Amino acid sequence: MTIPDPGTWGAMLAILAMALATYLCRISGVALMSIIPLTPHVRRGLAALPGSIVVATVLPLIERLGVAAGIALLVALLTMILRRSELLALLTGMAAISALRAFGF
Amino acid sequence: MQAHHPCALTLGLGFRFWEAMSPEPKPQAPGQSVVEAAPITMGGMLLGLRKVSVLMPGIVVFAVAFGAAAAAKGMSLLETVLMSGLVYGGVSQLVAMELWRPEWTWGAIAGLAIVTATVNARMILQGAALQPWFAQYSKTLNAFHLFFYTDANWLIGTRYRAEGGRDLGVLVGAGLALWVVWVVATMLGYGLGALVTDPRRYGIDLVMPIFFAAMIVPLWRGRRGVVPWVVAGLVALVTAKLFDGYAFIIVGSLAGAITGAFRDDHP
Repeated sequence: MTIPDPGTWGAMLAILAMALATYLCRISGVALMSIIPLTPHVRRGLAALPGSIVVATVLPLIERLGVAAGIALLVALLTMILRRSELLALLTGMAAISALRAFGF
Repeated sequence: MQAHHPCALTLGLGFRFWEAMSPEPKPQAPGQSVVEAAPITMGGMLLGLRKVSVLMPGIVVFAVAFGAAAAAKGMSLLETVLMSGLVYGGVSQLVAMELWRPEWTWGAIAGLAIVTATVNARMILQGAALQPWFAQYSKTLNAFHLFFYTDANWLIGTRYRAEGGRDLGVLVGAGLALWVVWVVATMLGYGLGALVTDPRRYGIDLVMPIFFAAMIVPLWRGRRGVVPWVVAGLVALVTAKLFDGYAFIIVGSLAGAITGAFRDDHP
């Protein structure tokens, strides 16, 4: 017996499959950590995790998006260091990238 | 803030859900106030709303860009809104647009699910990172609010925790507000369509990277904490060179966490 093709429901099923995959990602880290005992090692690993996620996300993106993106992120980072405001960091960063791209970088 | 209208809606919604999720403070061991140990308050939700409002302009444009892309791909409005509402993960939705097709086989659906899971795998680690906080709340409540867990939520929650905050309402309020704005702005983009032909020109692709980069500042704990970050960054760079896609996030982050876990062994 063969499973019938998704047919007209294909798009809907694709969306549901995406939704399911994403929700599993959302809950599995939390579920996993609730069965892993919080030893000092695990605790230190968790403490290092947020910064690691941030750096591991951003660095390769700069590499892929180009020098202009790197400069814009630096501008945003400097703004954040000086003023501690995410909104200002966003504004200066996006102004920087728009300007750089407008000039053809 | 132009996001005021949908936000008001969210709050009503969030409040009702919150009441449904935890009808009353659960009786616990005497002398241990559950409200103090694991608070989730209306005030917290409002705070979350305020914190997330900073990110709204960027998120709106991102959602508009997705709506426009979906319209261009020939998706129906219902499909587009359902994807934003149910998947609720911007990058994975844009990637799905690259893979979208008029006819679907089971293989193509499974492939799309796998790609989606790889793009969103960072959520596994983001959830793990905040699990000690979530552990104080019921499974039902966690299962509910994790549906709304995104990069923005994780950033807000992490920063809030670093400042000593404990109220889960912040995360719930931020997540619900963002979800409503995300869905509404998706419809907007679907309607506007052709107006946003090149989101790159306005730096939309940099919105999330900018917020991520800015997070380094509140996460900074002196030079001692930097070694795992450097390891995470280097491993991520190498992984990104070797493999397409977004595996670099999870591989790099894990490398950083493992480095952190074993670093203080020999002081």
